[in-house]
Amino acid sequence: MHVAARLVGTAIVLFARFITAVRGIWQGIEPTPKERIYFANHVSHGDFILIWTVLPWRLRRKTRPVAGADYWLKTPLKRFIGRDVFNSVLIDRNPNTRTSDPIATMAEALDEGASLILFPEGTRNETEQALLPFKAGLYHLGKSRPGVEIIPVWIDNLNRVMPKGELVPIPLICTVTFGAPLHIAVQENKAAFIARAEAALLALSPAAEGSDK
Amino acid sequence: MNDYQLDLLKLLGGVGAILIVASIIGYILQRRLSPDGSNAVIENLNARIQAWWGMVILMGLAFLGGRTGVILLFAFCSFAALREFATLTNTRRADHWALASAFFVVLPIQYWLIWTDWYGLFSIFIPVYAFLLMPIVAALRGDTENFLDRVAETQWALMICVFCASHVPALLSLNIPGYEGRNVLLIAFLVVVVQSSDVLQYVWGKLYGKRKIAPKLSPSKTLEGFVGGVLSSMLLGACLWWMTPFTFVQAGLLALVIALMGFFGGLVMSAIKRDRGIKDWGHLIAGHGGFIDRLDSVVFSAPIFFHLVRYWWTP
Repeated sequence: MHVAARLVGTAIVLFARFITAVRGIWQGIEPTPKERIYFANHVSHGDFILIWTVLPWRLRRKTRPVAGADYWLKTPLKRFIGRDVFNSVLIDRNPNTRTSDPIATMAEALDEGASLILFPEGTRNETEQALLPFKAGLYHLGKSRPGVEIIPVWIDNLNRVMPKGELVPIPLICTVTFGAPLHIAVQENKAAFIARAEAALLALSPAAEGSDK
Repeated sequence: MNDYQLDLLKLLGGVGAILIVASIIGYILQRRLSPDGSNAVIENLNARIQAWWGMVILMGLAFLGGRTGVILLFAFCSFAALREFATLTNTRRADHWALASAFFVVLPIQYWLIWTDWYGLFSIFIPVYAFLLMPIVAALRGDTENFLDRVAETQWALMICVFCASHVPALLSLNIPGYEGRNVLLIAFLVVVVQSSDVLQYVWGKLYGKRKIAPKLSPSKTLEGFVGGVLSSMLLGACLWWMTPFTFVQAGLLALVIALMGFFGGLVMSAIKRDRGIKDWGHLIAGHGGFIDRLDSVVFSAPIFFHLVRYWWTP
């Protein structure tokens, strides 16, 4: 199972490179093996794969995506991809029925030495807006592990490669931009930090860059 | 070893020798002028020379692989170029199937037609069948916003990246009496002339360039670079007559046409880049930019060269 998961992981990365020729742009930080919480915009299932592809191999193995258990445990294939290949931290997104606290689950993974990839919009963005309003999990997790760097990551163009409902991806060039780390200030409340995190992520999108010039 | 292999080795040896000289010059310049890597021109020059090594080795392997190697290499170049071009288009959701079919149906069929030597179809397949069927696929999705722009962009992407580029391996299909089995050298002639014209224009421009020739399109191109580069690559082409079916004068004239088309092709592709506000088409070839940055001149000269040779030299 382990070998199969590795092979499938490599095949997925190669396929992602073939389709998107994806390039990582380290704008605010360097790819060093530090414990981090990456948070990114979410437009498709490929988002995590692109981040994974541009991470150096050593970092890749220690970086785990946070994903919805309801989706990734549905079928044996999804279970294999989600749990064995991507080594996801699976959380229960339904607050009414869940038995474990998602923040605690994520914090536990951080304590084990993993870095996490979060999509704080909570679901795939299918609107015309650049970002959906963030959920509060990023704030609570950051607050509970104050030493961990919180890194904004903008994934560009993937929504055009594979819009929702399409079966065949179109080869287009994508970029993944890593911004400067954020830390939650002692006095900072939830709304202020969430607004700051959203702004930091949006500032990395090429559309925002173009309007500066 | 037959004549053809000997000529191919001579050519590769010559190009290798030039690259060795270029690498030594690059190394000396770097030691003298940019020991800490601070001189951007020198660093870019060395990145370019290194990428040239990669490209020449790849081309050499493709040539040794013969027909299959050359067709596979250019099919991949077309794919990478189309990926760069499509990234810059304003296509919408409704173009999804049209674009997907450009990559996964039209491109493979075009190169398969070249593989099977089917001149009657590969020379019209994209301009007739693809250009009529793709807008139909897009129209069926019912989205009319910027429809003409979207269709035109997609078609031009296919024209440049697939149709024109495929005329390089199409040279293999020409039956030139007395030149049987040597057509790979015709490709080598085209590629060497067009690329050396680019390099020589860069060198002449850097050494003697003063007057800008197209300041709006390509601020780095100068009149001195253009004249020096085109004339010297014409001379180089003439000196390569021994590997072609042409005489010395004919080879020089064809090299002139190739260099001119390559130069103006570069200008056209620059105009597109300026319009879209980018400097390079991509980042896959260090120091050069994307595939289209390296292929733009080949793409414009290949179909003209193909048809000139086909008209004058095949029965």
